[in-house]
Amino acid sequence: MLAWILQTTTRLIAGLGSATLGALQGLGKRALFVWAVIPALPYSVWRIRLLMKQIYFAGVLSLPIILTAGLFVGMVLGLQGHHILTTYNSEEAVGTMTALSLIRELGPVVAALLFAGRAGSALTAEVGLMKSTEQLSALEMMAVDPMKFVIAPRILASIIALPMLAMIFIATGIFGGYVVAVGWLGVDDGAFWAQMSEQVDWYDDVINGLVKAVVFAILIAIIALYEGYESVPTSEGVSHATTRSVVHASLVVLGVDFILTSLMFT
Amino acid sequence: MQNAPLIEIENLSFYRADRKIFDKLSLQIPRGQITAIMGPSGTGKTTLLKLIVGQLKPSSGRVLINGQDVNQLSRNALYELRQQMGMLFQTGALLTDLNVFDNIAFPLREHFKLPEPLIANLVRMKLEAVGLRGAYALMPAELSGGMARRVALARAFVLDPQMLFYDEPFVGQDPITMGVLVSLIQKLNASLNLTSIIVSHDVNEVLSIAEFACVLSEGRIVEQGTPQELQQSESDYVQQFLKGLPDGPVPLHYPVEPWSVG
Ligand SMILES: Nc1ncnc2c1ncn2[C@@H]1O[C@H](COP(=O)(O)OP(=O)(O)O)[C@@H](O)[C@H]1O
Ligand SMILES: [Mg+2]
Repeated sequence: MLAWILQTTTRLIAGLGSATLGALQGLGKRALFVWAVIPALPYSVWRIRLLMKQIYFAGVLSLPIILTAGLFVGMVLGLQGHHILTTYNSEEAVGTMTALSLIRELGPVVAALLFAGRAGSALTAEVGLMKSTEQLSALEMMAVDPMKFVIAPRILASIIALPMLAMIFIATGIFGGYVVAVGWLGVDDGAFWAQMSEQVDWYDDVINGLVKAVVFAILIAIIALYEGYESVPTSEGVSHATTRSVVHASLVVLGVDFILTSLMFT
Repeated sequence: MQNAPLIEIENLSFYRADRKIFDKLSLQIPRGQITAIMGPSGTGKTTLLKLIVGQLKPSSGRVLINGQDVNQLSRNALYELRQQMGMLFQTGALLTDLNVFDNIAFPLREHFKLPEPLIANLVRMKLEAVGLRGAYALMPAELSGGMARRVALARAFVLDPQMLFYDEPFVGQDPITMGVLVSLIQKLNASLNLTSIIVSHDVNEVLSIAEFACVLSEGRIVEQGTPQELQQSESDYVQQFLKGLPDGPVPLHYPVEPWSVG
């Protein structure tokens, strides 16, 4: 009995230890990846054509989903806001409420989640496929650094694209809220805009929202590209990597959003 | 210097996880010739090429190219050396978002600031050499396997390298394409004065053009010499491999760990 307890305890401790080591190793490998890509970033600023192409893939192709989602989220905010605010006889504040929720939280966060699903997964699959078809090896053999040619432009493109997408999401969201609150539920047009422009602060709200979007873009791009770069070079390996990329990126966005919000708005 | 070997592999050992792929392997690759490295699938031929070009680091031992230890080179020096190397990958490894012309022009554009007409000329010459001048506008997905490999070959020697490495250039090709590739490799080597390494298990094709050949098995070189010497080898293993006999000393099975019970 005692032997059994001892054995189980040892096994438990060993298991815990190896899990911790595994997690640390994973973190270390990601840190090394980031370390390797940093010197490549300035170089890719000058590769305008490479960069433009990636901005097109990450940004422009994400527009339909961002526009649609932004419109619906804004409309729902208009409805719910109106519903709650009428009980306090202050339904003109629905504009402020819609705008603030979108600018501070929903714009950056929902845009980032959609970005992780649409652009992040595509980045992982693309880089994973480049690895499994030996294109990354071929670049190294041609004395071209894959960090400079493949990874860095995609990170920069994400940093440029996601804040813009978040802004577009916010704008369509406010429009959606306006259509529902003013066009449908009869809130006063002037009050809707006047209260909003009075209550929304440029620095506290807009800049902070943008900062969030930039941070999310960096995290999503690094997670997605790391998963692709380190994927097992088979079709199964790439498919697993793509799933992991979206799941990790989404969870990290939500967790980091909480941290950023608590730093910015308390 | 003229007769010194271009590539020297000294006591090279390499592990994948706990599996030993190479065990104190030594080999000298002669300058200006075609060397064949043969062995059944999974013996580590691709791995050996990657060790030679410095994409993998050996567990112990050295690879010397022109007397320089590949693994002691700085990143820049290694990249400079790589411009002297061309590699034909097993899958071709063309960049899928560029067409044939841009794929071949890619190394030129990355490394040299040349006027576009000059690049076009160089690319056209290389395409002519592999017989695909008309295919310049096609995308990699539109090429047959044999065409893709020839385009990859054109890209591999577009920088006029000193060395060319071929990873299984004949696998999966029809007999005509194989013949085309064999004569192409031979012509290239002779006219450009290259040092070539062909890694392959297509014994007949590769021995028909190699001047020096060796056979790999279980992490070691079991036989080396001219193709004639190899044919006369007394090793059962080499005879089995060269003649493709089903029965002999070659283990068909992946090594089995002893079953541990409990
Ligand atoms: N990335 C890898 N990770 C783990 N094992 C590998 C990897 N690549 C190759 N191997 C193993 O190393 C051995 C040699 O592979 P390889 O060099 O591709 O052989 P060959 O080219 O002669 O067919 C194989 O048994 C293979 O299973
Ligand atoms: Mg191979």
